[in-house]
Amino acid sequence: MSARERIAGNVASYVDDRTGAAAWMKKNLKKVFPDHWSFMLGEIALYSFVILLLSGTFLTFWFDPSMREVVYEGAYVPLQGVEMSAAYASALEISFEVRGGLLMRQIHHWSALIFIASIVVHLMRVFFTGAFRKPREFNWILGVGLLTLAIVEGFLGYSLPDDLLSGTGVRIAHAIIQAIPVIGTFLAFFAFGGEFPGFIFIPRVYIVHVLILPGIFLALITVHLMLVWYQKHTQYPGPGRTEKNVVGYSLMPIYMAKAGGFFFIVFGITALLGAVASINPLWLYGPYTPGQVTAGSQPDWYMGWLDGLVRMAPPLEPVIFGYTLSLNILIPGLIIPGIIFTGMALYPFIEQWITGDKREHHILDRPRNAPNRTALGVMSLTFMLVALINGGNDLIATNFDLSINQIMWFSRIGIIVLPPLAFIITKRLCLSLQRADRELVLHGRETGRLVMMPSGEFVEVHEPISPEKAWLLTQHEQNAPLELADVDQRGVRRPGLIKSKLRKRFAVAHAEQVAKPTLNDVHELEGH
Amino acid sequence: MSNEIELIKDPGLPEHKLRQSDIDPKAADRAERQVAILFGLSALGTVLFIYSYLFISTDLFVFIPLMGEQNVHQLLLGLGFAAALLFIGLGAVHWAKTLMPDHEVIAYRHELRSPDIDREEFVTTAKEGAAAAGLGRRSLIKRSLGLSLGLVGLSPILLLGDLGPLPGNALRTTSWKAGTRLVTDPGDRPIRPEDLEVGAVAQTLPELAPGKDHHSLNDIAKDAVLLIRLRPEEFNLDAERLSWTYQGIIAFSKICSHMGCAVALYEQTTKHLLCPCHQSTFDVTRAAKVIFGPSARPLPQLAITVDAEGFLIAQAPFNEPVGPSFWERSA
Repeated sequence: MSARERIAGNVASYVDDRTGAAAWMKKNLKKVFPDHWSFMLGEIALYSFVILLLSGTFLTFWFDPSMREVVYEGAYVPLQGVEMSAAYASALEISFEVRGGLLMRQIHHWSALIFIASIVVHLMRVFFTGAFRKPREFNWILGVGLLTLAIVEGFLGYSLPDDLLSGTGVRIAHAIIQAIPVIGTFLAFFAFGGEFPGFIFIPRVYIVHVLILPGIFLALITVHLMLVWYQKHTQYPGPGRTEKNVVGYSLMPIYMAKAGGFFFIVFGITALLGAVASINPLWLYGPYTPGQVTAGSQPDWYMGWLDGLVRMAPPLEPVIFGYTLSLNILIPGLIIPGIIFTGMALYPFIEQWITGDKREHHILDRPRNAPNRTALGVMSLTFMLVALINGGNDLIATNFDLSINQIMWFSRIGIIVLPPLAFIITKRLCLSLQRADRELVLHGRETGRLVMMPSGEFVEVHEPISPEKAWLLTQHEQNAPLELADVDQRGVRRPGLIKSKLRKRFAVAHAEQVAKPTLNDVHELEGH
Repeated sequence: MSNEIELIKDPGLPEHKLRQSDIDPKAADRAERQVAILFGLSALGTVLFIYSYLFISTDLFVFIPLMGEQNVHQLLLGLGFAAALLFIGLGAVHWAKTLMPDHEVIAYRHELRSPDIDREEFVTTAKEGAAAAGLGRRSLIKRSLGLSLGLVGLSPILLLGDLGPLPGNALRTTSWKAGTRLVTDPGDRPIRPEDLEVGAVAQTLPELAPGKDHHSLNDIAKDAVLLIRLRPEEFNLDAERLSWTYQGIIAFSKICSHMGCAVALYEQTTKHLLCPCHQSTFDVTRAAKVIFGPSARPLPQLAITVDAEGFLIAQAPFNEPVGPSFWERSA
């Protein structure tokens, strides 16, 4: 035994004597994870969170979250002598006087954008492949919660520097709080310590941004990962992959190297962006004052859809029994986002109710094999996309020389018409793809080789596909829609008939499929 | 052929294919060198990072095509840092992909649910525990505990009571009073009608109360007023609102009636005011009537006239709250 091995052994047994960790470690170092590029999306989110913690901690050493008024005397000449808050002055100090400060600020902002973007794409992957099905419903809900918190955290973060752009965002958040029926005015006064903007808002946002929310994030992310670990990862269908196994590579050494390396890659790319791509150049905006605004003011991308919805809202503000109900703010600012996020969180249960399927699922769906779900997802994305486009309507108008009113009307009509259209088109596309799969299994792939038959006819030679491919294209289940009787065994109408009729209609729509080819079909074709 | 439906069968895991580095020791050595080069590049990145931090002046700029004027210190510091991180990652992944074993391993899943016997034992244990505590029998304890926990839960809510004052009348008042002079923002100079040409716009605030040396942001958030001068015949106003103007000068609250942004864009040809946040558009000739966008109310109009010295003053305070709506606004 070499000296090095002896020392390592001594350390390991010292720790194991006191923790008994060896039994757990020996099992989990060999833990198997399936390999697919789309499984990296959640990893990007996790690593961005770590980068956010590191770069954010750096920023707290200089940032002064105070609304005390100071006269700027720092290095940035155009703003010297200007009255501003200490928060804005310290953000300028970080950008111009602290070495590496601007780099870290830009890394922090870029990684926030990447954090939320990767959560969204990860969520799309989980949705479209049906990874949220039993037993992973809790983790889906945790994920939706994390996305919601990430959006709030991002908004609070870019509100901190107290520049003209961020202050305008805070003003809008204030108006949303104030619009809440009955208690809105009180809530706004409590949140801001009085009238807008007051002197206490930034210190309060700061402690939420750097302590309370990151703490909640840490707890939720830990549970999220523990569940992934404990329930074992889902895997894509393929030869040798079943509901009962996990096929992939072991944690030690493959995933330690790959995942550890990938953390550095994500950090490196974020650092590259922070080095070369300017983001939120807050010195250009000037300090916040409620009497001014920057033209073309845009929130970060993940708030754009919300802003777009607010912009397209009709001017409804009824006065009911002497009280003002700001529907033009409440509908786009609270009600629609509330419906979207609640619906998203509940979706696994809705789908379970429609299909009546209570089994565990560990093999992922190919999106085309769940046409209804895929269409629903694309429909929701279309809704968000129209809202997002409208959130940038002023920039689109100035860049493409269009009238803002035209874009607004396009969005107002589009947000109602386009999502259902997207649903129909997507569903048809999925069914067509299923048909194409069927063709491929039965007739093989087109080789592009043309052959002249003795009769003079030209035909293209088809080549049978591999057994692996044929399995991939036919491994999925095709279940008949849930059977629900209108009457019970004694012929009495069941209670809740409308609900059950609705459920039946959903079930039929959900089960719409192109029959997958079976061996019988293949043999029959071979027969003639 | 039977009539039973026969599904296409799972051919099982495909055979493992050897990589070049598995069969050819030379290829494996080459891969090792590549990994080492990548790690070496990372080290060079850190050297660049340290050099930039210590020796490159922070006020040195260079013009780079497509990127414009760049600060050399920030750029090289960032590039060094990025290289230091990125190449560690690339090296590790390359190492894993070329030299570490790539045999796919199969692990088996077990059912997540506990065996029935464990479930039953759990229920018994929980029931026994509850019975031992007497929760079911001793309802007096249960109820009084519920009461005390509920009440103690109220205290944090109560403790948050001083987060802010009650709104009171604050949203209905501004600094404008009858006779308050309009002063320029910035500059705090009183304004005469002849200072404004037809078509001009001016941003104003109420003159500072004696003893105050600057406008607080809370005041600006309610007091900001926009002056616009048109030809008097261009107005399309009723007699009362016309009497609130002075020689074609009309004054509106600059705080948007939708969500409180500054209504900062004035289009001279159409005489429209536009809020850049959500594009609510107001027609100046018709007392800032909303003609487009999500706002439901006109901007409040400030009645103005001139004082004995010929400076513009407010005739009266605003006759309605300025800024975004709130529940009690019309009460």
